[in-house]
Amino acid sequence: MITKMPLEPLQRAQRIYLDHAATTPLLPAAQEAMLAGFAEWANPSSPHAEGRRARAALEDARARIGKALGWEGEVVFTSGASEALALAISRCRLPLGAASSVEHEAVLRHAEGTARLAVDAGGLVDPGSAARGELVAVQQVNNETGVIQPLDRIAEVVRAAGGLLLADCAQGAGKIALPDADLIALSAHKFGGPIGAGVLLVRDWAMLRPSGGQERGYRAGTENLPGVLAMAAALEESGDWLAAAVRLRQRLEQSIVAAGGGVIAGESPRVPTIGAYRMPGKSAAAQLIRFDGMGIAVSAGSACSSGSLRTSHVLGAMGLDDKVASEVIRVSIGRETTEEEIIRFAAAWSEVAGKASAAA
Amino acid sequence: MIYLDYQATTPLAPEAREAMLPWLSGPEAMGFANPHSPHRPGRAAAAAVDLAREQVAALLPPGGNVVFTGSATEALNLAIKGTARGDGTNVFAASAIEHAAVLDCGESMRGNSDVFTISVDEAGLVDPEAALPDQLQLLAVMHVNNEIGTVQPVERLCERVREHSGYVLCDAVQSYGKMPLPDGPDMIALSAHKLYGPKGIGALWVRDGIAVAPLIHGGGQEAGLRSGTLSPALCAGFGAAAALAKARMDEDAAHVAELWVTARDIFAGWTLNGSAEQRWHGNLNLRKDGLDVARLMSDLRDLAFSAGSACASGSGRPSHVLRAIGLTDRQAKSSIRIGFGRYTRPEDLEDACARIVAAAAAQGV
Repeated sequence: MITKMPLEPLQRAQRIYLDHAATTPLLPAAQEAMLAGFAEWANPSSPHAEGRRARAALEDARARIGKALGWEGEVVFTSGASEALALAISRCRLPLGAASSVEHEAVLRHAEGTARLAVDAGGLVDPGSAARGELVAVQQVNNETGVIQPLDRIAEVVRAAGGLLLADCAQGAGKIALPDADLIALSAHKFGGPIGAGVLLVRDWAMLRPSGGQERGYRAGTENLPGVLAMAAALEESGDWLAAAVRLRQRLEQSIVAAGGGVIAGESPRVPTIGAYRMPGKSAAAQLIRFDGMGIAVSAGSACSSGSLRTSHVLGAMGLDDKVASEVIRVSIGRETTEEEIIRFAAAWSEVAGKASAAA
Repeated sequence: MIYLDYQATTPLAPEAREAMLPWLSGPEAMGFANPHSPHRPGRAAAAAVDLAREQVAALLPPGGNVVFTGSATEALNLAIKGTARGDGTNVFAASAIEHAAVLDCGESMRGNSDVFTISVDEAGLVDPEAALPDQLQLLAVMHVNNEIGTVQPVERLCERVREHSGYVLCDAVQSYGKMPLPDGPDMIALSAHKLYGPKGIGALWVRDGIAVAPLIHGGGQEAGLRSGTLSPALCAGFGAAAALAKARMDEDAAHVAELWVTARDIFAGWTLNGSAEQRWHGNLNLRKDGLDVARLMSDLRDLAFSAGSACASGSGRPSHVLRAIGLTDRQAKSSIRIGFGRYTRPEDLEDACARIVAAAAAQGV
């Protein structure tokens, strides 16, 4: 007997979800794997038959995840990307020496007192600035703008200097190939897997100091097997939809520009799923309220900070002044986004922008 | 297969599974939303997290907050490292029978902390009047031990630590939702999957006014104490499991008490490890001199029981808990742990125990 009725999520009818950088719907294959995982509830560390079955499923998922990602190094399961990044930074044999100025807070909050690698107006790090014999953190894809960093080049520079590269690939995994980094953090719920599962990819165990416990002594705590199974299933899903995403975004951006809007870092290499757009004269907060009322979920920067309405550190690092930055929203499309939804959102954008210029 | 390893993990309650499903949605609904997003789907997910937090808190003392974590291990690490004095004067003490998550965390701090171990007696109990180190910052003492089930005198220790102006961390992983928690701890660590909830989520309850420094930085979730997107599904599963446990606490405990009597009768000639009275009765840790546990397990492949904690049981190391209560390595290695709970049927337990006794007899012990 549960005394309170469980709460219900909103139903999709009439909603347009364009906030896939915050989180993505669970893919059917992942959902199925998760439900199967709930039936496999034994502790993977138990030596009895149930435990060994759970262990076998866990190790199978580990191998499948490596294969799906084309990763030949080690795979450590965590509760998400934030934990994976914290683990990498706190257990790496080299101290964190530098981080790009556009990293997620999950890196920056661990990086106080270390060097910042600046970005240009297009949001890109100069690879030459990464020559350090320490741990260097540069993300693969920015979560607010979609800009892709030249990580393969950065990795060469870091390694030549005797350092190691930590790449936050939370937004890139499942969409573009993994970079040639030494430590890589991923989050399942950004690619159609469940919230509560992530991985740290480790090129070589020798890069980390063990802490004891599960995951060969590199991450203590009972593994979330259903989450891991769902993560593996999500990664194995096809990426065919990305070609359509390129076209959808093109269409959206043409429409936004035609209605007087600006595309942030439009000239830089970007993943096809994330775009940041400025609506001159209308604050992001006001835009969000309007769009939400119209049944459209978008965001101002990251989900973590979008409640706070602080100016985005990412846009600031790219040289945008506070006023301009405060007028930028993030639109992120996903596998199930349809052309009709994009057309409806583009029309809504024009409507909100029209009222903005009329008021201005 | 008969599952008798409830200290390692518990079956997922159907009610907890049901509560999770709406939040594991694909694009057909909005249950997948990020609870930290301010749009409507995000706020609906946040409301589910809030309800779960209330449900989890309903079994905890008033005057504190529930911080969701990825596991109890993380909650314990957060409590121990997050309250440590950083100026080289930190003093940490833990009972000798704490879980490895506490003991290993303590070991890792030896460089800049004084780390003490409080011994236990032969019954597996900490002396409530045991000497405590000066300048004690944090004492970790578990409520119910995971290997031998003994219930520690947490309340008295809390009173005494308060006189030292230190804090007490109580690992209540094995007792939360199964019996009333002790009064007095400043922090309490929990795990959902020991309570018929899902794996991948735990919690740290922190008394108001205690400053804890985070281990995982980032988006600033959980009031900055634990960054990382919260899973509304895992939270809802944890909440439903807690609500169910609260509603069924007496019924579950009565069921376990009956099972205990049944099993104890069958194992009449065996020696119980740990106090028979000061104990959670869903844990039966027994030894028989000369017993070959590995052989017993391979003779009884369709029974799931254990030889200590799941984490350590693959390692072949003798249990630190059994050593702490004075057993020789040989005695420790002839011990087994049988754990049962809500979904254990009396006839299955009887059958399993009878077969263990028969298999041991066949070894000539």
